Amino acid sequence: MPIQYYIFFCLTLFSIGMIGVLTRRNAIIVFMCVELMLNAVNLLLVAFSKMHYGAALQLAPSTTAGIDAQIFVFFIMVVAAAEVSVGLAIIVMMYRNTHSVDINFLNRLKN
Amino acid sequence: MNTLEILFFALSAFAIVSAIMVLVSKNPIHSVLWLILVFFAISGHYILLNAQFLAIVNIIVYAGAIMVLFLFVIMLMNVKNEKEPQKKLLTKFIGVISGGSLLVLLISLVKQTSQLQGKQVLMKEGTIGLIHPLGKALFNDYVLPFEISSVLFLSAMVGAVIIGKK
Repeated sequence: MPIQYYIFFCLTLFSIGMIGVLTRRNAIIVFMCVELMLNAVNLLLVAFSKMHYGAALQLAPSTTAGIDAQIFVFFIMVVAAAEVSVGLAIIVMMYRNTHSVDINFLNRLKN
Repeated sequence: MNTLEILFFALSAFAIVSAIMVLVSKNPIHSVLWLILVFFAISGHYILLNAQFLAIVNIIVYAGAIMVLFLFVIMLMNVKNEKEPQKKLLTKFIGVISGGSLLVLLISLVKQTSQLQGKQVLMKEGTIGLIHPLGKALFNDYVLPFEISSVLFLSAMVGAVIIGKK
């Protein structure tokens, strides 16, 4: 499979996530779109890792080239899990204060 | 067209349609359910790339833990979907236009890049996605980031509790 197909697919998912961040006002949906963008990047990292692995496999049969990208994806998932827990706590706190999850309430951070 | 290509295009179309449904759905719970379908499609892509460990971790962590957390928060807040204010139509239009132009720009850039021409992704084969080599790399070369991430988790846990208790 050519690498371009993976890039186009991941770019489409990333752009859909970006459109969601730009057009929705519900903070939870905006947060979910950020997760979607993160997942598109993860898939692209794995595709590039397999691309480099396939190229290195022809030179040396026992290579582990490209394994770093998969470890990176693992760490991105770890950081995303921590980020989601803190972010949802912030959204819950915001809902408790304003009784809404509209992000336009947050347009001024003072007061 | 062989089986791998059919699976690739089917999973891609499924993921893109589900991702669009995440945006279009009025009810946040429906959005979460569509997003879970996107994550399952991406796990299918990982399996096609023989990244089995990441496929399972994606299902367990994303579709299992994170999305349940989202659902839990939405149901806890009991957000009425008719109460959600919509952005102005002009703002939505501008958002879609800017996102679409980013997509077109990046696709045209990728099409022109000569380094990516003719590069193939190795599918269905290769051992680097299995648990054995990944575990070896994780606990030899990346053991320090692994330990640091546990500290990160601890601080995230403490932070979530402190923010939530206020």
